[in-house]
Amino acid sequence: MSGPSTYEPKSGFTRWLDKRLPILRLSHDSFVAYPTPRNLNYWWTFGSMLSLCLVVQIVSGVVLAMHYIPHIDFAFDSVQRIKRDVPYGWLIQPMHAVGASMFFLAVYVHMFRGLYYGSYKAPREVLWILGCLIYALMVVTAFLGYSLPWGQMSFWAATVITNILGALPFVGESIQVWIRGGGAIDQATLNRFFSLHYLLPFVIAGVVALHIWALHEVGQNNPTGVEVKSKADTVPFTPHATIKDLFATSLFVILFAVFMFYMPDALGHADNYIRANPLQTPPEIVPEWYLLPFYAVLRAFDFNIGPIDSKLAGVIAMFASIGVLFVLPWLDTSKVRSMRYRPIAQQCFVIFVAVCIGLGFCGGQNPGRILAPATFSATLNWVEGGEVRQEPVSADSDAGYAEAASAAEQALRGQGAALVASSRTGETTGAARGVFGGTARSQSVSAGTMEELDAAIGEAKTAAAASAPYFIVERRVPFTFTVTRLSQLLTAYYFLFFLVILPVLGLIETPRRVPDTIAKPVTGQAAGAS
Amino acid sequence: MLRALSISAVAAAAAIGVAFAAGEGGHVEDYPFSFDSPVGAYDMSAVQRGYQVYAEVCASCHAVEHLAYRHLGEEGGPFAAYMVRNHETGEEEMVVRKPEHGGRFVDVTENPYVRAIAQAATISDIDPNTGQPVDRPGRISDKFLPPFPNEIAARAGNGGAYPPDLSVIVLARHGGADYVRALLLGYTMEMDGDLLVNTAFPGGRIAMPPPLTDGRVTYSDGTEATVEQQANDVATFLQWAADPHMEQRKRTGLVVLAFLAVLSGLLYLAYKQVWRGESH
Amino acid sequence: MAEAKPIAHEGGEDRRDFIFIAAGAAAAVGVGATAWPFIDQMNPAADTRALSTTEVDLTAIELGQQIKVMWQGKPVFVRHRTANEIATAQRDDYATLKDPQKDAERIVQDDGQPGRAEWLILQANCTHLGCVPTFVEGSSFGGWFCPCHGSDYDTSGRIRRGPAPANLPPAPYVFLTDTSVRIG
Repeated sequence: MSGPSTYEPKSGFTRWLDKRLPILRLSHDSFVAYPTPRNLNYWWTFGSMLSLCLVVQIVSGVVLAMHYIPHIDFAFDSVQRIKRDVPYGWLIQPMHAVGASMFFLAVYVHMFRGLYYGSYKAPREVLWILGCLIYALMVVTAFLGYSLPWGQMSFWAATVITNILGALPFVGESIQVWIRGGGAIDQATLNRFFSLHYLLPFVIAGVVALHIWALHEVGQNNPTGVEVKSKADTVPFTPHATIKDLFATSLFVILFAVFMFYMPDALGHADNYIRANPLQTPPEIVPEWYLLPFYAVLRAFDFNIGPIDSKLAGVIAMFASIGVLFVLPWLDTSKVRSMRYRPIAQQCFVIFVAVCIGLGFCGGQNPGRILAPATFSATLNWVEGGEVRQEPVSADSDAGYAEAASAAEQALRGQGAALVASSRTGETTGAARGVFGGTARSQSVSAGTMEELDAAIGEAKTAAAASAPYFIVERRVPFTFTVTRLSQLLTAYYFLFFLVILPVLGLIETPRRVPDTIAKPVTGQAAGAS
Repeated sequence: MLRALSISAVAAAAAIGVAFAAGEGGHVEDYPFSFDSPVGAYDMSAVQRGYQVYAEVCASCHAVEHLAYRHLGEEGGPFAAYMVRNHETGEEEMVVRKPEHGGRFVDVTENPYVRAIAQAATISDIDPNTGQPVDRPGRISDKFLPPFPNEIAARAGNGGAYPPDLSVIVLARHGGADYVRALLLGYTMEMDGDLLVNTAFPGGRIAMPPPLTDGRVTYSDGTEATVEQQANDVATFLQWAADPHMEQRKRTGLVVLAFLAVLSGLLYLAYKQVWRGESH
Repeated sequence: MAEAKPIAHEGGEDRRDFIFIAAGAAAAVGVGATAWPFIDQMNPAADTRALSTTEVDLTAIELGQQIKVMWQGKPVFVRHRTANEIATAQRDDYATLKDPQKDAERIVQDDGQPGRAEWLILQANCTHLGCVPTFVEGSSFGGWFCPCHGSDYDTSGRIRRGPAPANLPPAPYVFLTDTSVRIG
């Protein structure tokens, strides 16, 4: 797209400058004359918003760093001081915190847009990979930044995430200690996290420059996915795209402002207002909303896969869920770029978006939470009245105990006990008890969860306890559809989408007719055209 | 089907009873505080009364480590003083309340109320001349005097339970001010071992004895000090303590949103102008 | 389509210009207003501004001695002047001064009450480039000498020679009792 430059310096000074540093020519060619496909819709405006987010985060972050103290004893207080005493600190601190969320919101829309319209396909592979790199850097930067306020969530998120690295085979523990600068999250960790949190945004800015360079080399994709063929297909970037981006960005800033001024803490977690305490873990540790889907993937693996234990499997899957994005250009085999003309892929994409949101939901839930109603039930058998007789059990060896106990129970039963049970007191010793006489009783209880069932059993026992010291409880535990099960299903689809659906669908799907040019779409203005 | 054999002595049943009860608590009623809505402001009389409740009741166990005495008298604080002209005498006099209009804010260093509050505290310091530890009256720049020098002392003085710092408590608890209010009103006056039954506290059992009783404080503005009144007031004070710039933030937000609405409108019109006649 | 309404063409142009100017102006106002908080945040924070006053016990300072105390992060001289120093300072009220000021004006208390001649309380940073001058007995003007760039101050802390442009400014203080002052 970078054709011959159309820049013509008008004044003497600009002519002079142009011969020495053609920076005005570069700006003109990149942001003024740059030909933009005329059919871009509003989903294409998120790139501008992301530039704004990066600027806001860097400016507000540099300002916060002027007042923040990276010390375990003072970090928490210094954030409070910023919010209370620093002029406009009450504005700038929420701006940075909410800004992180807004940044991720915009980047997710931007990524889904690229995914839907095939913006990763040739010749835009490098553009896409640079974008993935920016995203990965954003995740790391956000994680580092989250630890700085040194609240409970900061501390425990840092602990958990560095532990994740410890799951890597062979080198895991060394890496973990290397990153923490010690055995645990401490002063050394906080100091380096602060340093890196300050550094990485500038690295991001550098990669963004490459991202824009690559974009200007290959040109923007567009909703039809058809390459620009003539001048009729494009409009100059300024004013056409500029003004549209500005308008959309202005709306985005309204959303930003609503959160910043009226719900500054809505996206955060209350526990981060509690000073970090290495002796006490909060009841639940959840990351910020924008990382919840990956957290769900991490926790979905509650089973070992051959030699890979569940922890490592979760870690691998979590990294793979970002890593797979990098190779996406070579996974999608379709000849048609935009999913607008791929009816089946379109539906798979919609499901994929829902799956990502679903993973986000799962990441924020207690993994054991039961989603589908289930009935836990139990039957209690006991004997009312009667007399308890106790027989000692002794075995020759540890392994022989079970047999000896069962023999003792059998003996008691043979003597006519209505209820028998044994309890172990040592390696080879125990006691078998039998209840003789009395009236056999039975009661069934049921409940929605295991805890409620235990409670109901407890109640039933208390009610009967006056007359019966011993109970036999049979619990019936049904299959339960928990958050973990849902995470597993969603994770499976996540990877299926990239590793199976896109490669296979590209080969077998019959796309709709694709227009010849952007300017004259033959299939009409179906969807998305603004 | 899982078959489990359970033998339990009678006493064990009681333990299960406790475990069951541990699932209780967490009932927080939504109370219409003055600061709830997007344009809501602090009821400063309530913040003042709430400060009194904090100072006379809560402060014996709970610190507010992020608050300095001067915060009370800064703009937006409960004891911010203003000079206003008395229309009858024509003289300027000091009032502890933001006037409807006019009024000159009295810098907190000149604020006699805040100075008096600060001076009532005894602060441990180092004598600059001798280098020896010395007690001195508080200054407005001092942080609120904590009741215990550190967490270990606080636990030792409270039967092992740590009274949490209150300066950001409404932000550190789900439910915020509603939670604080519900907690103070949530005592059923039943004991469970060493703990007290509280319907708002997560788990339903709390170590803190009910701090408020009717008439526990005597309000200087004549408000009747019922338990609920005190709970409302102290919850309002703690909300202010956690978010002292809320009013300023909401006011600024209103201006910013109005501006952005106009800007967006203008940009939309400009966009329509630019794209006039362009097929897209 | 532009050609669809040729009659409204000129009016349309005016309207177009108005919209562009208005949008541009609004955006400029927005950027300008946003810049202010980022600039203002570097001003002293509320805790710094309210930093405590410093109280000084005068009984510990013997005649002809001085102490340096910290006030709002800056050093302050509290000097117990001898009769000789006071006399020199008052005599020099009528000398040729770079920054003319009478000794009595330099010891006025913050509340407007006259000060006490034996107690001179000055902000201790040289008005040239901020070093702390040292009191040198028998120096040219009997007072402070700044080692950085050689400014000479007299026994009232007035600049007499050297690159400093102004006298050492008095610190705001009031006597609380006969033996203690509060600075600030």
